[in-house]
Amino acid sequence: MSLFDLLRKPRPKTAQTAKDRLQILLAHERSSTGSAEADYLPMLQRDIIAAIRKHVPIGEQDVEVRMERGDQMSSLEINIDLPGAVPSKAG
Amino acid sequence: MTTEAKKDSPLGRVIVITSGKGGVGKTTSAAAISAGLAKQGFKTVVIDFDVGLRNLDMIMGCERRVVFDFINVIQGDAKLKQALIKDKRLDTLSILPTSQTRDKDALTKEGVEQILKELKAEFDYIVCDSPAGIERGAQMAMYFADEAVVVTNPEVSSVRDSDRVLGLLSSQTRRAETEGAEPIKAQVLLTRYDQERVEKGEMMTVEDVLEILAVPLLGVVPESKAVLKASNVGTPVVLDEPSAASRAYEDAVSRLTGTQVEMRIVGERRPGLFQRLFGRAS
Repeated sequence: MSLFDLLRKPRPKTAQTAKDRLQILLAHERSSTGSAEADYLPMLQRDIIAAIRKHVPIGEQDVEVRMERGDQMSSLEINIDLPGAVPSKAG
Repeated sequence: MTTEAKKDSPLGRVIVITSGKGGVGKTTSAAAISAGLAKQGFKTVVIDFDVGLRNLDMIMGCERRVVFDFINVIQGDAKLKQALIKDKRLDTLSILPTSQTRDKDALTKEGVEQILKELKAEFDYIVCDSPAGIERGAQMAMYFADEAVVVTNPEVSSVRDSDRVLGLLSSQTRRAETEGAEPIKAQVLLTRYDQERVEKGEMMTVEDVLEILAVPLLGVVPESKAVLKASNVGTPVVLDEPSAASRAYEDAVSRLTGTQVEMRIVGERRPGLFQRLFGRAS
């Protein structure tokens, strides 16, 4: 160990990082493994497309569903690409 | 060593040694636990469920005495008595080796059930050494278990896999499927534990792992040179020279049999003079 290392800030404990990562991951894996709602995102995406299509013509690729799993909070992000100009019937 | 069998009517308890992840010490633990139980006078048999990759026989040191195997018995090619290998060191210990040539589909639920039924009539403990993974071999090893020892290293992938296996134990086993049955008693055996690295914050502590897995602790086996040394010569760790690992396994075995033993975590080496003089400042 050189003198330089002694002056350096102590490195963060990696064991704590390991524990934190596991706790977040397993909380999600336990709730999803083996249950029917394991992969509900594709179904949700299909339903959203169907709902919007009742009013606006959109394609399969125009709805994007993304999930971000966090420690305190998980967020669901839904992006819908609406067609730019709605063709006017009166024109 | 001659040990006196304890009772007339055997306990017939099935214990699976499992982990999900490979290389964490399942076979070492299965060998040490079964030898430890036999040493205490319990009639014990240890079964290798790792069909195709036979290894328990080498760890137990009986690899040159295998004639018939587990699969031969399931398929009716041999009688159970012919396939059981009696340990030369402990007369209370037997080994049921697995097949090297067949594939894992040869394990049928009915076949395994029949063999376990016969063994229960004769042995106090039936220790099932599970293969890694969560495929058929592992499923069959855990399906009929009364108790489970989940071997875990203080390392992220091993803990994750152990969590998965604990989920399977509580859903994909006979006890889980039988209404009103008591669930499998699952306990964690933490192996390859390095107290020095734990103190440096480089390795998760026993408490960290238990908090995550939320099951009782059966024991903590320190990383120890004695384990490789014992496997080199085909001796279960508890039958070799006393070491930190052998003591940890003996304690774990006593807990399995219901004896209260204080949890002690001992490292392999004593601190040298230099370390004692300068503390743990390294």
